[in-house]
Amino acid sequence: MTTLLRIGRWPALLLALALTAPVLAIDPQDFADAEEEARYWTLIEEIRCLVCQNQNLADSPAGLAKDLRDQVLELMRSGRSDAEIKTYLTDRYGDYVLYNPPMKPATWGLWFGPLVLVAIGAAGMVLHLRRRQRHPAELAADPDQEALDRELDAVEAEREGH
Amino acid sequence: MKPLLLLPLLLFLALGALLFTGMDENRDPSLVPSPLISKPAPDFDLPLLGNPSERLTRSDLLGQQYFLNVWGSWCPGCQTEHNFIAALADRGPLPVYGLNWKDDATQALAWLEHFGNPYAANLYDPEGDVAIDFGVYGAPETFLINADGTIAAKFIGPLYEQAYQETFAHLVQDPVGK
Repeated sequence: MTTLLRIGRWPALLLALALTAPVLAIDPQDFADAEEEARYWTLIEEIRCLVCQNQNLADSPAGLAKDLRDQVLELMRSGRSDAEIKTYLTDRYGDYVLYNPPMKPATWGLWFGPLVLVAIGAAGMVLHLRRRQRHPAELAADPDQEALDRELDAVEAEREGH
Repeated sequence: MKPLLLLPLLLFLALGALLFTGMDENRDPSLVPSPLISKPAPDFDLPLLGNPSERLTRSDLLGQQYFLNVWGSWCPGCQTEHNFIAALADRGPLPVYGLNWKDDATQALAWLEHFGNPYAANLYDPEGDVAIDFGVYGAPETFLINADGTIAAKFIGPLYEQAYQETFAHLVQDPVGK
């Protein structure tokens, strides 16, 4: 029983450690309630740190990231909506600060480009398959194929003859 | 020849062109273009470095074109560009104001003592609030601000002569009466 418990503890402990690591990486905040905390985390996970550009604000230990995190919390507490907070940031740093780029003419390529590529690929495949469906009849009429068939028949007839 | 057979070749050429433009060494993808260019500079009202009883505001500086150089004594790039900033302030015609960012006043003043102080005045922003309003994300950064208070241009990183010529020179207007 004790052995089982001991084995059972390790994965739980490791899991707990793995979960705390990213939280420990940044400064703690005093949250009013769990709802505020959840909103804060959702927001800063969508905002790019401009110093270490492959990290979001939630992960980055950079000084500016801390300032921006504090700013986000301050704006939340002053009653701004998520959209207003994001506008506050894009007014200063541009769309690049958002991990989820907004949909507008300049980003249509980004949003719809992959769909267009898939559509082109699908159209190409449909065309190709249709052509192949029409093909079997043409294949039989292929003179090369007829010659091959005749040769094959001849070889088989010869083998049977022996 | 079927036109479709040309497609892979065209795709290859397009990809090649894309990668070739990506190799342009003057293009640094880590530089974030500022949305503030040609927009009014954000409002600020900050104490002066070394003289906290005096403040300088955005409206104080209206009516003249000036450079605003974001620096900190903790910033190695600011040392790199300091000689150029000094030369820029020295040759004129525009004044260079400093925005001392997330710094300690004692250390900042010691830094100026050591490297020289070319600034017309230094705004002291230890919390970095004004810097955030300016969209600053790393020092040094240099802004050119027009007499009407709009941001004419911004350069990210240590400033040097060639960058000055490309980014700022064509936007600098000689002040009236000079």
